[in-house]
Amino acid sequence: MKDPTVCEEGHNLKQQKTPRQRMPEQDHHQRIKNFSEVPQGYTPELARLEASRCLQCKKPLCRSGCPVGIDIPAFIKLIAEGDYAGSARKLKEHNSLPAVCGRVCPQEDQCEKVCIVAKKFTSVAVGNLERFAADYERTNGAISIPELPEPSGYKVAVVGSGPAGLSAAGELVKKGHEVVIFEALHKAGGVLVYGIPEFRLPKAIVESEIEYLKKLGVKIELNSVIGKMETVDELLGNGFDAVFVATGAGLPLFMGIPGENFCGVYSANEYLTRVNLMKAYDNGHVTPILKKKRIAVIGGGNVAMDAARTALRMGTEEVYIVYRRSRTEMPARIEEVKHGEEEGLRFHLLTNPVRILGDEKGWVKALECTKMELGEPDASGRRRPVPVPNSEFLLDVDCVIIAIGTSAHPLIPMTTPGVKVNPRGNIIADEKNGQTTQEGVFAGGDIVTGAATVILAMGAGKQAAQAIDEYVRKKRPALNRAGSGLAHTSARR
Amino acid sequence: MFKIVAKEKLSDVIYRTVVEAPKIARKRKAGQFVVVKIDEQGERIPLTISDADPEAGTISIVFQTVGYTTKQLSTLKVGDHILDIAGPMGHPTPVKNYGTVVSIGGGLGTALGRPITEALYKAGNHVIAIISARNKSLVMFEEEMRKISHELLIATDDGSAGFKGFPTQLLQKLIDEGRKIDLVVCVGPVPLMAAVSKVTKPYGLKTIVSLNPIMVDATGMCGACRVTVGGVTRFGCVDGPEFDGHQVDYDELMKRLKTYTEREQEMNQRFASQFQEVKR
Ligand SMILES: Cc1cc2nc3c(=O)[nH]c(=O)nc-3n(C[C@H](O)[C@H](O)[C@H](O)COP(=O)(O)OP(=O)(O)OC[C@H]3O[C@@H](n4cnc5c(N)ncnc54)[C@H](O)[C@@H]3O)c2cc1C
Ligand SMILES: Cc1cc2nc3c(=O)[nH]c(=O)nc-3n(C[C@H](O)[C@H](O)[C@H](O)COP(=O)(O)OP(=O)(O)OC[C@H]3O[C@@H](n4cnc5c(N)ncnc54)[C@H](O)[C@@H]3O)c2cc1C
Ligand code: SF4
Ligand code: FES
Repeated sequence: MKDPTVCEEGHNLKQQKTPRQRMPEQDHHQRIKNFSEVPQGYTPELARLEASRCLQCKKPLCRSGCPVGIDIPAFIKLIAEGDYAGSARKLKEHNSLPAVCGRVCPQEDQCEKVCIVAKKFTSVAVGNLERFAADYERTNGAISIPELPEPSGYKVAVVGSGPAGLSAAGELVKKGHEVVIFEALHKAGGVLVYGIPEFRLPKAIVESEIEYLKKLGVKIELNSVIGKMETVDELLGNGFDAVFVATGAGLPLFMGIPGENFCGVYSANEYLTRVNLMKAYDNGHVTPILKKKRIAVIGGGNVAMDAARTALRMGTEEVYIVYRRSRTEMPARIEEVKHGEEEGLRFHLLTNPVRILGDEKGWVKALECTKMELGEPDASGRRRPVPVPNSEFLLDVDCVIIAIGTSAHPLIPMTTPGVKVNPRGNIIADEKNGQTTQEGVFAGGDIVTGAATVILAMGAGKQAAQAIDEYVRKKRPALNRAGSGLAHTSARR
Repeated sequence: MFKIVAKEKLSDVIYRTVVEAPKIARKRKAGQFVVVKIDEQGERIPLTISDADPEAGTISIVFQTVGYTTKQLSTLKVGDHILDIAGPMGHPTPVKNYGTVVSIGGGLGTALGRPITEALYKAGNHVIAIISARNKSLVMFEEEMRKISHELLIATDDGSAGFKGFPTQLLQKLIDEGRKIDLVVCVGPVPLMAAVSKVTKPYGLKTIVSLNPIMVDATGMCGACRVTVGGVTRFGCVDGPEFDGHQVDYDELMKRLKTYTEREQEMNQRFASQFQEVKR
């Protein structure tokens, strides 16, 4: 028998003297009264201590667990050596948004899940270290603008400014192309600005990433709904050599249960948009939001947790999570569930909402639910919840937030005949390079995969950028630079 | 930033503002709207594109000062800027030659329905326009409507101009007279759209209404604008704003429009105090 305390690379796993370093957190009594970030970041001392736990594996499992293949041991080593700015540069070789990913990636399902140290102890805190290095670089003005190649003369349009669009734009501009991002909303960032709350991802971080792209030369045209203001085909006809579609999966799904249109029923997207993008939590902003006493949030994913924890911070007395399966099936990150629980969320698990009841003026007054139990596994491999007979009960709430998922945005496919979609409405695109069914049009991120993760969207943007670079150079090899493209006037001059 | 190039006060509470928005001006069609956010702290509100000049690169909006944002908008002068305008949003009106079209507008709705009426007029329809107001002094857009209609009927509550009564009564009269009507279009307050639809439904007379649910993004990603049409939930911003008037659940729409009444009153007071300070 092999000694279980010695790994394949010969590291002695018994020798972990240093435990995983916890990141200091804002106290939960305090934090539910504000929108500031919950984890407060490592100090350099904590970061170096944590970095020293990494065994610097020759065949690092963590790296294979990372969707974009970050050289994890290398960036951790630089932290251990005190070269924090160097560490951030190392991260950026593979991940253009480390400060974002260090905060929102589900590391427990990716790099940290497979980290060798986790076989015996708790894994190296890859995410916390990533965040530390990126924050160091940002807050110490250590962000360097890379040297850009000569302008290539090619012009690429990016539709949507979420992580997929931002990463594609960053890669393309670094290859010398002229890049214009078209964003439908009045702020760039996609879900990073309208969905994920401030207490999990400070908007200043997203803004600084966007400022960085602008410094590199990326143009961002806000208030530009492609498909309405201009179509993809018109962009191609107006001087763009290629278009990257990264419009996300932002269409909120409703349950189709009676009472969903009563006043006081929100989609999570609406609730979060009002608070995050429109800043309804600040009375100085004009956008209204209902401040109710008891809110039920339906769903068990990150979006449900974000909506519920936001509701707590808006001063709601009771916030319930209503989820039809059990805790182990909850798709939300463990950390978010833990944080939510500390903050006082109440969980109604194995509970399925069947009807929203309202008063005569059309306002929510209760949520009718059925108790569920777990039956046979379904297609997703998770045990299917089945209703318990005669278990109906009423949850006394005056507001309901529905967070059961989103689907693809149909506007681009509807207005771009050459771009085909699958039966779920997602754009059909090559997994490796984002090529759609129309020449010159590439797509990536949630619009292709359905609602997924920031890192996958970012990775897709990067891959597509590579393919777009090859495509434009091949399509028009002898380039007449003088004749390239129309000047695009900014929508926000 | 979108520059205001002209502004006109049309009544005590109604203004017309012309803004530079070249791309929208080129693209917009009758029935579409824009989303306007005045400044950093502002909310996003939908406003119909009441006219556009593609050459000059401008669009006009006509709005009524009903609350904080529309009042704030009314304080902006020529040369001022609006931070964000996005559009054109929503489906354009399906414009074709239907035959005879009755276009009904109530109050501000007359101005908002004007581009639709104009497009139908240009498409060769025989247009009967009905405009209504409480009394003669409140009858608006009469001259503009006369230019794009073959017959213009006016209804006032007190009979001080045109017919004494409601526009629905005029519509009923046309039907009773046996006039051949192929399409009815109504833009105005929800009760008017509901009443018109109620008149035309028994005759199976195709009726288009333009709904005004509360919106946030108007790109289809929030669902604030949910309306029930034919028993199905639709998003007013991307599926509309025009719907088959016979299928709309007006009662639900009326209730949903009252979602933020409390806050709106608070904001109205805030506007009054801010405005006082500006004046002083
Ligand atoms: C509340 C919430 C919490 C989440 N939490 C996490 C998390 O903790 N970790 C994680 O990894 N993932 C999380 N996700 C998922 C993650 O945010 C998404 O997978 C990711 O943002 C997808 O990126 P994207 O670039 O494909 O699209 P998006 O981020 O959705 O961006 C799309 C952009 O395109 C714009 N757009 C759409 N249509 C048009 C058009 N026609 N013209 C111009 N612009 C258009 C949209 O306005 C938007 O800005 C969360 C999602 C939500 C909603
Ligand atoms: C497609 C569409 C086109 C419209 N076109 C015009 C137009 O051309 N001219 C015009 O004067 N009005 C128009 N409206 C209505 C206009 O959007 C509202 O009057 C405006 O938002 C009121 O804002 P407020 O802050 O001034 O008033 P508030 O005091 O906030 O509200 C007054 C009333 O307006 C409704 N309202 C509030 N916020 C919104 C919102 N974000 N979206 C929609 N309704 C809201 C409320 O239900 C309330 O009854 C349109 C609405 C829609 C949906
Ligand atoms: S993070 Fe874990 S798996 Fe990765 S190199 Fe360090 S010890 Fe090995
Ligand atoms: S206004 Fe948000 S979906 Fe229609």
